Parts: sequence; structure tokens; C-alpha cells
Amino acid sequence: MSSVVLDNIVKRFGSFTAVHPTSLEIPEGTFLTLLGPSGCGKTTNLRMIAGLLDPTEGEILIGGRRVNDVPIHKRNLGIVFQNYALFPHKSVADNVAFGLKYRDVPKSEIAGRVQAALDLVQLPDVGGRYPRELSGGQQQRIALARAIVIEPDVLLLDEPLSALDANLREDMRVELKRIQDKIGVTTVFVTHDQSEALAMSDRIVVMSAGRVEQVGTPEEVYNRPASEFVANFLGASNILESRCTDTGRDAVQLDVPVFGAVPVPVDKAPEVRPGPAKLVLRAEKLLLLAEDAEAPGMVTAPAVVETVDYQGQTVRYFIRAGDRQLQAINMIDGHPFAKGTQVTAAFRPRDCAGLPGA
Amino acid sequence: MSVEAREARQPWILLAPALSAVTLLLFVPLVFIVVYSFWLRSATGADLPGFHLDNWREALTDRFYRDILISTLRIAAITTLVCALMGYPAAYFIARSRGNKMILLLLLMLPFWISYIIRTMSWINILGVSGALNTLLLGIGVISEPLNMLYNEATVILGLVHFLLPFMVLNVFVSLDGIDTNLEDAANSLGATRWQAFLQVTLPLSLPGLAAGGLLCFVLGAGTYITPLVLGGPRDAMFANLVFEAIITQLNWPLGSALSLMLLVVLGVLVMIYNRYLGMAQLMKGLG
Repeated sequence: MSSVVLDNIVKRFGSFTAVHPTSLEIPEGTFLTLLGPSGCGKTTNLRMIAGLLDPTEGEILIGGRRVNDVPIHKRNLGIVFQNYALFPHKSVADNVAFGLKYRDVPKSEIAGRVQAALDLVQLPDVGGRYPRELSGGQQQRIALARAIVIEPDVLLLDEPLSALDANLREDMRVELKRIQDKIGVTTVFVTHDQSEALAMSDRIVVMSAGRVEQVGTPEEVYNRPASEFVANFLGASNILESRCTDTGRDAVQLDVPVFGAVPVPVDKAPEVRPGPAKLVLRAEKLLLLAEDAEAPGMVTAPAVVETVDYQGQTVRYFIRAGDRQLQAINMIDGHPFAKGTQVTAAFRPRDCAGLPGA
Repeated sequence: MSVEAREARQPWILLAPALSAVTLLLFVPLVFIVVYSFWLRSATGADLPGFHLDNWREALTDRFYRDILISTLRIAAITTLVCALMGYPAAYFIARSRGNKMILLLLLMLPFWISYIIRTMSWINILGVSGALNTLLLGIGVISEPLNMLYNEATVILGLVHFLLPFMVLNVFVSLDGIDTNLEDAANSLGATRWQAFLQVTLPLSLPGLAAGGLLCFVLGAGTYITPLVLGGPRDAMFANLVFEAIITQLNWPLGSALSLMLLVVLGVLVMIYNRYLGMAQLMKGLG
């Protein structure tokens, strides 16, 4: 188990810069997620930590030791690949034992450690089978067992859940987190799926176009997005152009068209100064009420339902308030509003965040 | 007509062209050869129909035929080995190169656009007494007399390797190209050096391609007659040359038929043994 430090690393492929100068500190035992759309450089970062790619500039330290020139087979890392990458010609037990053969593990101990790893991933009886005889989820567990049996300093997970179907993915998410908690290994997880990132991580690094947009706990990046990109990438957000009229001790006053004055808590709008600003309003925080409903303590505006996207437990509306189309995701209480209904759109100021304007 | 009947007929309709070609061009002539091998050659030239074992007795008991059969198999085996050793690294290089794979494969196929006979004869201009290599060596004074490099078993093998190498490279390439590169990365991450990862993962997974390429090289090599004809000396005849000699030169169709069937049976048996023991089915199972 070790900490990982990226010190101003840069990766260029020819004239294309995949990763702009990036510095990150991953404390020992942390579950850190690199989150972003494809092409944002998250996998490039992971592959540089792994030693599968050399950084063009900067230093990588694992456990305080500079590893730029340490080849991959000497870094003692466990990697789980998106497509599992199990050796098809070896049995499950041989797959898991593979890494132990290159360490000074006595032959007599290997079988026991392989079994312990298979027990940990809750597949104790498949050692004699071949990978192709297992389902996708089982193969992924074996890939995890193979990576952790060597007691790696760092566990690297490259979109390990994206090849699984939806239900299985959620089960594996819980399972993966349980195992990581149990062995406490420093983990770097790469994904483009915001719900995986929010559910599993101690810290999330949101990346875009080769740059880090924000680093923080899941709650921080979700509730206090540092940029418009982060606000949009993690969940659906409405970004409303507004004007900051006053910055008080507790709240920042934003003047939003149609809705009027919105006092946003100052810790959720730390960068906002008087002048142009943006209001970040999560779709699930925008509540639709009957046209004549009272909404004490909430900011309201009249709106018309334009599109209804029924999802069973919830419903996603597109509404028009003034000249703006807004998105609202609401729990269904009785029946959803029908298309064309006049409603009152309401939200609480403390659910919003503020960003500096253009 | 019912749907079932139509569906049952469909594969046969699709197979019909290939099946008729195989029947007319391969199976029927083969039956003729089998029948011919029991006829007798008469001094007058017209072959005598009947059921005579004379040709088979001669083919199976004459030491001359047996020795040439053995040396044919040996030459084919050496050629196959050389092709495997030379072809594997080339195939690996092509499979692992980025972007320009298609161009490299095209270059590999390029020799096929030139007649095999021309390609074989080109070695005479390179290795002959007044060929390129001798001229060069004489020119820089390494030798004072031209070397006799042509017309021996080594040049026959050289010619065969030249002819068969692309088949090996293509077969190995196809199997290497199908191997997920993450497997080597995974092996490296678990502590294997690049060489260990190759031996443990890539090589075993590419064996089906190597086996297929080897089989193709061996069978094509053992059946060749042009290469020994052009590049071999009088003592380097291979078995197909005997068939050619019997049928074309001596017009002894019955004996030629018996000899060609003998080669066919020997190669057929070897292919079956090869399949059985190299366990290609077993390897395919591992690949899923």
C-alpha cells in the first residue's frame, strides 16, 4: 500500500497534448476516481501510473519513490482492464497464480493464497475452470482476484465495470467497494460514469480535455461544482445567466431573469464577485408545483410543461420559463403533469451554486 | 413447399457451386488416378486396363523411391522450421506495428504478383557462377574463383523458403493480430518481463497460427517439383519430380498415378498425426 503523487506530468503524442500539466496527490488507502468523458486524458493518466506509457514531462512517485524509469513489471501494481484480459489458455487458478510466480512466494503457499483471493471475490469454486466458462461478471471478479493476490502497492482499475450490463454493474460496484475497503489498498479508478464515481470514491478528479477541472469528495464535486463543465457532467444542471448584485457574509445575491433575486450560500459560490455570474440549478432540485400552489421559502416562476419523459419512479420535464428551457427531474406524486400544463417552477436558494460569469 | 423444407434446402443451394467444383475438378480426377494406378503400361503405348498390382509393388518396394520420399519429407521439414523461425518475428512485427499494417501486408503479398517460376529462377542470377554474389565477391577480392553455390539441397531449401515464407507469416500474423494486447500488459503488470510475458502468453496463444502455417509450408514444400527442378542438382530430385518424370517424360501414367497416390497417402497420414498430437482443437478451445 502506497501513496501516489503525480508532479506536473504532461503527455504528448506528437503535436497532440493528451494530458496538460497535472499534479495530483493520492494519499495511502484512498479510493480516487478519474472521471471524465472519453478523450479527457483519464486513461492516459492511469497508463502513466501503470508504466504502460511514459510521461513526456514531470514525475510520478509511488510510495515516495520516483518510478518514471521503473519498468511496469517492477512497479508492483494490480491492474484490472475493461475487457478483463484474463489469459484464455490458463485455468482460473493459474490466472490468479500468475503474478505469484514472479514473486518469491514458496510453491506451497501459492495454492492457499489463490484460494484466499477467490474466496475474497466470492467465487471459491471456479479455480479449475477456464475463463471462457465464466460469465462477464465472474471474469471481472477473477481479474480483480488476480490483481489483488499479489498485494499490490496500488490498484489501478480501467473502466472495469463498463463491459457489464446495468444490473450486474451496480452489484459489482458494491462488491468492488467492499473488497477495496477490506484490503485498504490505494486505488485509482477510471470511469466515464458519474454514478459509479459518486458511489465509490473517496475523492473524484473530474477531467476534461486533458485538464483537471475539479478535485474533491463526491459531495463537493456534486454540490459545489467548480466549473460549468463539472456541473453539467455530474448530473443534469440548469445553468442560468445572472448578475451578482451583492456579496454578503452569508449569501451572494444573484439576480436571475424570470425567477428574481436568489441568495446563494457563500460557500457554494466562493468565486462569485459583483457583476455577471451563473446560477447552477440541479434538475432534481427544480420542483414543479400546481399553478396556484404556495411555496414558502422558495424562489418561484410561472412555467409551461413542454416535454414529459416518464421514467416510472421519476419523471423528467422540459419546461419553459420566460424564454428559457429548463430541465426538472421530480419524484412522481400521483400523476405527472401533462404536456402543456401551466405550473409553478420552484427551488430553494440553498440548493443552488454560483459560478463567476463569462 | 413448407418453410422447413425451404430452410433445409437453402444450405445445399449455397453449397452447390463449391460442391460441384470439388466433385468435378478434384474427386472425379482422383478416382481416375486410382483406377489408372492399377493399369499396366504396354510397350506399344496404349495402357492395358485391368487390376494389376505391379505399379504398386514397384513403388512400394524400390529403395530408390523410398529414399527420395524420405529426403523429400526431410527437405519439407527443414523448410518449415526455417520458415517458422524467420516468419514468426516478421509476423510479430507486423501485428504489433501501428497504422501501417495494411502496407506491410501488401508488401508481403507483393511477390505473389510475380510468377513462382520467375521468382525461383531469379536465384540463378544471384547465386550463379556469373551471378550477382560471385561478381561482388570477385570484385572486392574475397575470392579468386567463382563459388559453386547453386544446384544443391541448400539452394532447394532456400528457394522453398523464399516461396513459402509469406504463407507462414500470414498465418502467424492472423493469430497474433487476434490476441488482445492487454494480455501482455496484464502479464507485465503482474511481474513478468516482456520476454516472460511473450513465452507465457503470446506464444501459446499464437500456436494455432504457427501450426497452421507449419502444416501449409510442409505440405506445399513436400509437393513441390519446380524448385528442385530449377535450383536442385541431379541428385536433389524430390518426390513430385519422380511423378513428373514418370508421367510427362516416360508417359508411364499407371506408375505415375501410383507414385502420386503414395505421396498423397503419406502426406494425408502425416497431417492426421499432426492434427492429433499438436492438438489444434485443444488450443482452439482455450481461445474460446
